[in-house]
Amino acid sequence: MIRIRNLHKTYTMGKNVLHVLKGIDLSIEQGEMVSIMGSSGSGKSTLLNVIGLLDAYGDGEYFLNDVLIKNLSESRSAHLRSRFFGFVFQAFNLISFKSALENVALPLYYQNISRKKRNRIALEYMEKMGIRDWAGHMPNELSGGQQQRVAIARAMISQPKVILADEPTGALDTETSYEVMDLFQKINAIGVTVVIVTHEHDIAARTGRTINLKDGTILSQG
Amino acid sequence: MRIDLDLFQEIFATIRSNRLRTFLTGFSVAWGIFMLILLLGSGTGIQNGIHHEFKGIATNGIWIHQGQTSKPFRGLQTGRRIEFVNADYEEIKATVPGVEHITARFYKWGNNTITYKEESGVFNIIGCHPAHRYIKETILLQGRNINDNDLDEFRKVAYVGLQVRDQLFKNETPIGKHISINGVLFKVIGVFDDERNERSQRIIYLPITTVQKVYGGRNRIHAVMFTVGDATIEESKAIQETVRRKMAARHHFSPKDEKALRIWDSVEEFQKFMALFRNIRIFIWLIGIGTIFAGIVGISNIMLIAVKERTKEIGIRKALGATPWSIISLVLAESVLITTLSGYIGLVLGVGTLELLAGNLPALDLFRNPEVDFTVALGALALLVTAGLIAGFFPARRAARILPVEALRDE
Repeated sequence: MIRIRNLHKTYTMGKNVLHVLKGIDLSIEQGEMVSIMGSSGSGKSTLLNVIGLLDAYGDGEYFLNDVLIKNLSESRSAHLRSRFFGFVFQAFNLISFKSALENVALPLYYQNISRKKRNRIALEYMEKMGIRDWAGHMPNELSGGQQQRVAIARAMISQPKVILADEPTGALDTETSYEVMDLFQKINAIGVTVVIVTHEHDIAARTGRTINLKDGTILSQG
Repeated sequence: MRIDLDLFQEIFATIRSNRLRTFLTGFSVAWGIFMLILLLGSGTGIQNGIHHEFKGIATNGIWIHQGQTSKPFRGLQTGRRIEFVNADYEEIKATVPGVEHITARFYKWGNNTITYKEESGVFNIIGCHPAHRYIKETILLQGRNINDNDLDEFRKVAYVGLQVRDQLFKNETPIGKHISINGVLFKVIGVFDDERNERSQRIIYLPITTVQKVYGGRNRIHAVMFTVGDATIEESKAIQETVRRKMAARHHFSPKDEKALRIWDSVEEFQKFMALFRNIRIFIWLIGIGTIFAGIVGISNIMLIAVKERTKEIGIRKALGATPWSIISLVLAESVLITTLSGYIGLVLGVGTLELLAGNLPALDLFRNPEVDFTVALGALALLVTAGLIAGFFPARRAARILPVEALRDE
């Protein structure tokens, strides 16, 4: 599903060149549940963004489903993103002026699916995440756990091949964190690849494989 | 761009969350359009005023009345009255190039008593040629105009104004009836309206040959009037000079004597007014467009701020599969919607104010009936949509260039 060969990524900040990823070799198969661990600044979020086509990379090669991903146009990568990936963030990133239901249904709006149909599908997914009763609420009326469930429902609604989660439990208490991890495991059980970036060992322990990152290089992977 | 309910719901959601910002933006555009409409309406008011000044008069006519000499010439004293005769008319008609329709006039002002049955009134009488109606425009209401046969056969026929008909005939049909003009019977052949003023509707036109014969005018005439086609000011001035030179030779006055002939040139008058009006209109558009441009800059500025505020939201949308084009259309549509809607409000208020002004202002000589016509309103609307697109363009481009990673970075 995901194959990465000798991938480099640098950021230029004024005169300073920041070498964030220094030759990453990595492959993730379909149906895997993988965690990427590392301290802050290790480049784990950058790696996740590159995988999710949110960010470009420098040298190296990245094959997504055997297709080389390089120099994509904005609209092409938008298209691929909506077909392959669902994103879950630490800060939930719900759109504040939209109800939970509208947030969940938003990816389908960008797939030109009618309002009626996407709201119906959104309700199904909210049902699966156990937050159907909160469909009409605004994000600021929901608890952190509920918001993350909304975000996961939103990530799942476009039936992605891969869920990319950047510190999904970073803003949640332990109990809620485990509930969220239960959800990810359920999602993985139906065949969706799940990649979770975290710095918590107990979260990483619940995935099938852990990739350890330090200073832009892989220390160990599973 | 997908224009559907969803797009509008997206826009209304953002407008709802930024009410004050949207209001301020809209206000500047509404004000711009309001001012433009007011200015354009006033421009039309001036134009209407000018046209009113020339109502009932050909705008390409030259009127030549006999005058008094003001310069001694070949031993002749100043202050001598020039007296036109038929031959003057004939010469101008036959020999001056550029003359189109031509008529002479024989005035019979004063106490003309006109009676029909029991009714009577005092009206002005003018003898003229058939072409008179092209220079002093009359609108035929009933019957017919004076024609060449009337002149050739010295027919006693009358072409009467609206006021004459109303005063003498009340509800009777005037055509074919005989009226007595100073004791001589004339048959009414036509009734006209003259939009210039009421005085013009109290005139009775008669064939000039008949007038000269019946009222002892012999071969005398008082004025010659003609149109000059689509001559420019210069061409019409040249025609005037030719006429002046020929008349000077016939009547023995200096060709440089400005008083011997009293010449009124509607070509010059009209085109002077039109030039003035053109300049006023250019001025109005400049100001109006300037005001709208300020509105555009305002909107563009505020939309830029809005895009900056929404950076994170746009990043989220991109992560969820939004294409750059869908982001652009979102910003553009919002900009166009705000400009069009608020501009429309300005348009309606502007037109309403004009209506109010038109209804309550006294009709001044050069300013009457301020209004904007449908095409101008449509043009303004097109201008608004364009303005919205221009105003939205830069913010939209910036929004489309937002990188999702940078937008989503937690800070």
